[in-house]
Amino acid sequence: MSARDLRADLPPKGGSHEEPDIEFERYELRESLPYLFDVDRRSFLKVFGTGVAVIWTVDQAGAQESGGARRAQGAGRPPAEVGAWLHIDEHGAVSVYTGKVEIGQNIRTSLAQAVAEELHVDPASLTLVMGDTTKTPFDMGTFGSRTTPFMAPQLRKAAATARELLIGLAAEALHADRAHLDARDGRIHHTITKRSVSFGELTKGRRLIETINEPALTPANAWTRAGQPLHKLNARAIVTGTHQYPSDITRPGMRHGKVVRPPQMNSTLTRVDTAVADKMTGVTVVRDGEFIGVVASSEYAADQAAFAIHSEWSAPKQPSRAELFGYLKANPTGSGGGGNRTVGSIEEGLRSADRTFNAQYTVEYIAHVPLEPRAAVAEWQDGALTVWTGTQRPFGVQAELAEAFHLPPDRVRVIVPDTGSAYGGKHTGETAIEAARLAKASGHPVKLVWTREEEFRWAYFRPAGVIDVRSGVTRDSRLVAWEFHNYNSGPAAIGTPYDIPHQRIQFHATRSPLRQGSYRGLAATANHFARESHMDEVAHALGLDPLEFRLRNLKDERLKAVLTAAASRFGWQAGSAARRGVGSGIAGGVEKGGYLATCAELAIEPGSGQVTLGRIVAAFECGAIVNPDGLRNQVEGSIIMGIGGALFEAVDFDNGEILNASLADYRVPRFSDVPPIEVVLLDRKDLPSAGAGETPIVGVAPAIANAIFAATGIRLRDLPLAPKGVLASATSQAPV
Amino acid sequence: MVQPDSDEFELRVNGQLHRLDLPADESLLSVLRNRLGLTGAKYGCGEGLCGACTVLVDDQPVRSCTARASLLAGRSIRTIESLELNGRLHPVQQAFLNADAMQCGFCTTGMIMATVALLESRPKPSAADIRRALEKNICRCGTHHRIVAAILRASHGGAA
Repeated sequence: MSARDLRADLPPKGGSHEEPDIEFERYELRESLPYLFDVDRRSFLKVFGTGVAVIWTVDQAGAQESGGARRAQGAGRPPAEVGAWLHIDEHGAVSVYTGKVEIGQNIRTSLAQAVAEELHVDPASLTLVMGDTTKTPFDMGTFGSRTTPFMAPQLRKAAATARELLIGLAAEALHADRAHLDARDGRIHHTITKRSVSFGELTKGRRLIETINEPALTPANAWTRAGQPLHKLNARAIVTGTHQYPSDITRPGMRHGKVVRPPQMNSTLTRVDTAVADKMTGVTVVRDGEFIGVVASSEYAADQAAFAIHSEWSAPKQPSRAELFGYLKANPTGSGGGGNRTVGSIEEGLRSADRTFNAQYTVEYIAHVPLEPRAAVAEWQDGALTVWTGTQRPFGVQAELAEAFHLPPDRVRVIVPDTGSAYGGKHTGETAIEAARLAKASGHPVKLVWTREEEFRWAYFRPAGVIDVRSGVTRDSRLVAWEFHNYNSGPAAIGTPYDIPHQRIQFHATRSPLRQGSYRGLAATANHFARESHMDEVAHALGLDPLEFRLRNLKDERLKAVLTAAASRFGWQAGSAARRGVGSGIAGGVEKGGYLATCAELAIEPGSGQVTLGRIVAAFECGAIVNPDGLRNQVEGSIIMGIGGALFEAVDFDNGEILNASLADYRVPRFSDVPPIEVVLLDRKDLPSAGAGETPIVGVAPAIANAIFAATGIRLRDLPLAPKGVLASATSQAPV
Repeated sequence: MVQPDSDEFELRVNGQLHRLDLPADESLLSVLRNRLGLTGAKYGCGEGLCGACTVLVDDQPVRSCTARASLLAGRSIRTIESLELNGRLHPVQQAFLNADAMQCGFCTTGMIMATVALLESRPKPSAADIRRALEKNICRCGTHHRIVAAILRASHGGAA
């Protein structure tokens, strides 16, 4: 292997890349990326100085993951686009650079494991630089469960390339045959003479850069560092309270900001009186079009100043929650939604069926409620802007800032400290833009942390939706027709994994009364809820055990495997009669490359109809497992989050106003809501690893709905299922 | 109203006295985070419903976002920053670390402070005791089972 001099050209590498069949959600891509981040060789000089660097170029993979959007727009540009890089300084310290961000999904640790595996070092010895638009390569964003299937292999290749490069350098230094050399714990060892040389001794004084070739990667069944449970690498900073989340960042001379907002969405400012606030000591009132904000020396003073501003607004008449589902069906936008598919002929399928069924399912808007609300600290220096903020799209927020302030992107730096969760709710840069506007006016760095109420009122929601399902079965319980229409909630997992000869599946984009966007698993929850509820309904109508009915109509062996595994651990009993008030439900599905089955057992309290979850068992298979401990945490977390959306979470609104913008009125799961959970992980070391942060959420709602039916004979088709108990839901839901 | 009234008083935080000149209704959380630089207590809701801001006042868990600092003169306030001594983690911190009982970690400091209060008054709690004591602390990432397991281990031996 020969390392190229830093000044040499970096031609793109050829090579094929298999693009897995994973669709982007339209909501994840609704914002354009107008900006082109220009990483070139000069950046390496600035970032690295001396040492050895390995870069992975986007063209090599041809993936849309890290630079596709840019590439599509960047005709005529040099193709040296960088997706990831790794650097070893002259002391042997290894730094890994990725545009991905840590929001609780534990990729800081799992990516370190992947690199450590190939470089044969302790994961804790690595520095991961994440989500910093100046230091890390462009990345579209941390969403869609794409880090493990896409970023981890890139970093592993970078690490393997670095290892081979170092072995080559050691062969020269030790005058040895590289076949006798191996990397271990930051040194290259000669297996016969037992001599060794450290990474630092090999990189000292060098300026080497290597683009990634296709190195041999360690197969999953030979992993020693990856594939093992490993505690969160920065856990100590978290338990001591020293980790600085975005809302904890402070800067010298920093002031605090607050924005004055209308009560209703889509409001226009008609009158504002800032006289009182203007007179407050140390307060700067900022007005720019419809934007009103204040800057003060303390958070307290900023609150007082904002409160002292009198503003009047007018807003158009807007739909209420009561008319939501009718509104969605009546307001198609006609835009192509994606996800549509036709198999065979649905008319022919329905004709050939012995029995047909149809039902409508609905899903309300729900809120992410990340425990850390949106937060940003903005600082201007010589016309350049730096913002520390919690977002899943640092480069997207950089673009938003550049656009808002008419700056070239290289004058805007976004840094994302490990953030207090997001769940798809932090794709956008509202606080970053607001803090930057306030900082610009005040001449000081400004911190802006949204209140919980602001987070409820002005962030975006998981889309509400209406789903119409029609199905047909033959006398021998084979599904022959499947028609599925999703209005607004989204096309994720809209298809059916069951083996059905005639299908019509359509997503219908509609207008939305509320601002909506991504969410953990997004529409896969709604679509699984409708599909797996409907499967259950048909099974019961045919007098078949719901598991048996599913298996009879399924060819997909991976889905069969998780269904069987979950049922077995749960102790699923085919054909067991429902006990009065106690019942079990099962649901399965596939999303983002992960296979899932969920069983739930619950009891209904007589009289009140309150649901008490007895236990949940989930079986999950996402290819080769990278970190089983972290994976369990993610699966359990998804299930617990899913309980809220399944049973009681819903955004209440009327005429552009959110009516339950408080944790007192918007209920999220607490300790008392969480039943015992068993997670069965199927480790398929022969298959590539898929992401796991989202898919385990999708089985919770249908498994619970099906268990409620088993316990009561009441079929609930609307999420949330039972905010006030099963009986209240049963009487309030319209018959189909 | 042009400027709120303010008063000078002394606040004892982690054994140290701080002389402060504060508006009478400024929250303890704001004082800790913005004036004393103790950012281990987190803002999650501002209405005492999520527990991310939990600190101890005279050994009792208190939601510092709804507590007025000016009313706490003469009381003993403890925050997460007081737990680690001479580089040694408090057993509850160590237990959370050992069990990896966190995901994003934003609720963790509040959970730990609530747990410290629980174990000081009830050294060997049952799982049900723990769940009850933490009912007012929200973990959105869904780490509940690990948190309970961590605390059981810390209180029934084998934490450190």
